Amino acid sequence: MVALDYGVAPEVRFLSVRLAIRSLHFWVVAALFLAPTCLPAQQPAAAQPQSPAPPAPPKPALPPPAPRFVVVLDAAHGGDDPGGKFGSLTEKDLTLALGVRLRSLLAARGIAVVTTRESDATVLPERRAEIANHAAAQACLSLHSTQTGSGVHMFVSSLAPQAPARISAWKTAQSAWITRSLALEGVLNSALLQAGMNVTLGRAALPSLDSMTCPAIAIEFAPESAAKDDNPASALDDEAYQARIAEAVAAGLLAWQAEAHQP
Amino acid sequence: MIRRLHTWLFILLLLASVAMGVVLWQLRERAHQRLLAGQDSAPTQAPVISPEERATLLVASDADSSLQPQELILPLPQDMGSRARVILGKLMDLYALPDAAHPVPGGAASIGQVFLLPAINLNASPAGAAPAPRNPESAAATIAATHGVSSTRSNAAQGAAATTAPDTGPQLAVVNLTSAFVASHPSGIEAETLTVLSICGTLHANLPSVTQVRFLVDGQPRATLAGHADLTRTYLVEE
Repeated sequence: MVALDYGVAPEVRFLSVRLAIRSLHFWVVAALFLAPTCLPAQQPAAAQPQSPAPPAPPKPALPPPAPRFVVVLDAAHGGDDPGGKFGSLTEKDLTLALGVRLRSLLAARGIAVVTTRESDATVLPERRAEIANHAAAQACLSLHSTQTGSGVHMFVSSLAPQAPARISAWKTAQSAWITRSLALEGVLNSALLQAGMNVTLGRAALPSLDSMTCPAIAIEFAPESAAKDDNPASALDDEAYQARIAEAVAAGLLAWQAEAHQP
Repeated sequence: MIRRLHTWLFILLLLASVAMGVVLWQLRERAHQRLLAGQDSAPTQAPVISPEERATLLVASDADSSLQPQELILPLPQDMGSRARVILGKLMDLYALPDAAHPVPGGAASIGQVFLLPAINLNASPAGAAPAPRNPESAAATIAATHGVSSTRSNAAQGAAATTAPDTGPQLAVVNLTSAFVASHPSGIEAETLTVLSICGTLHANLPSVTQVRFLVDGQPRATLAGHADLTRTYLVEE
């Protein structure tokens, strides 16, 4: 390899090369800054002398998207908490069975369903309320069963109604939703009565229900008729009876959905 | 050879020992006499038979989910806490009967104690407590209305008036239940709610100054009665 010799000292050659690189860098940067300002300004389209285009047909105003209708199904108890024990049956199994049946019916009708449990898992009451509150649901149903009494019992929180507030206490958050909960109870009551059910309405203090920020109801199903059933436990496990309850509740939620979407 | 000083010292100690023995014997006799005298003077009071008074019980029924006033004539002590315990014990006895409309085993032994304390100021509570009605019948009606249970009108107010204590301001009743009662209580929202409401309503019907009720189980707070009804909150009788 042959080294070129320009007859200058190497230090001077190095400095001149650096100077050339720096000046080139300066001009490149200057060109980048000045280029946009030198471009001609774009003419507005309306000023162009072409023949006017036919006016675009006005786009039809799309209706605002309907708020997503979500139902929370809370199968009470589960895991370490069996709930009531009715012979060989436990309340946690009965509520889960009804919850799964109701979820399927609602999903078939296009209603989004959020469940607090899908298996025999322990879910604390606070966690149930958290799930319901995060879902921003239009209806929250806490499912229970008992062998006391007969028919279907529906309960709304016994908290006194209050105006909604920005910040509400955890244990009394439902107080701002009592009015809507009572309205939901009325709709479901009508649906259950139409299905020939014996319905009892009431108010109760339930820890998970009191913390929900949605129209919330506890539905407790008892044997259809206490006088007829010698074995209340077997009456609770009757699949046909559970199916009738689930159908009636699903019909009631459809009516509630229609009512919620009315302007 | 024993010195004279030692001889006198021995005699002196011997006399002192004998004297101390005599004194101790006398003290023992005195203590014995005092004990016997104390036994003799112990007051053997005849058992006080409390006067019989009318009490109003709000008895729950599972069939129609209602609270029905029922009047009974009971010997009621004058002490308010004891009176409340006797009345609630009678209510639990009714529930323990074989043909009870709201069957709950346990009976009167289910109520450990009832403590009466000055009521807590809950005006700032989010639940928005209303002033307590002074009429026990109206209180029962209010409970029935807000909890969706029916109540039959009767002359319960007159019956309760006979057992009403001098008004000492709003009071909080702390009902201490036994764990055996809680363990044997039927599970269910309706059953548990009726039990809680009948206790609250019965307390207020007979002690109108009781406007708030709280529950303990064996002296300890408990989350629920049998898995449903909240026992951590303060129940207002006007709720």
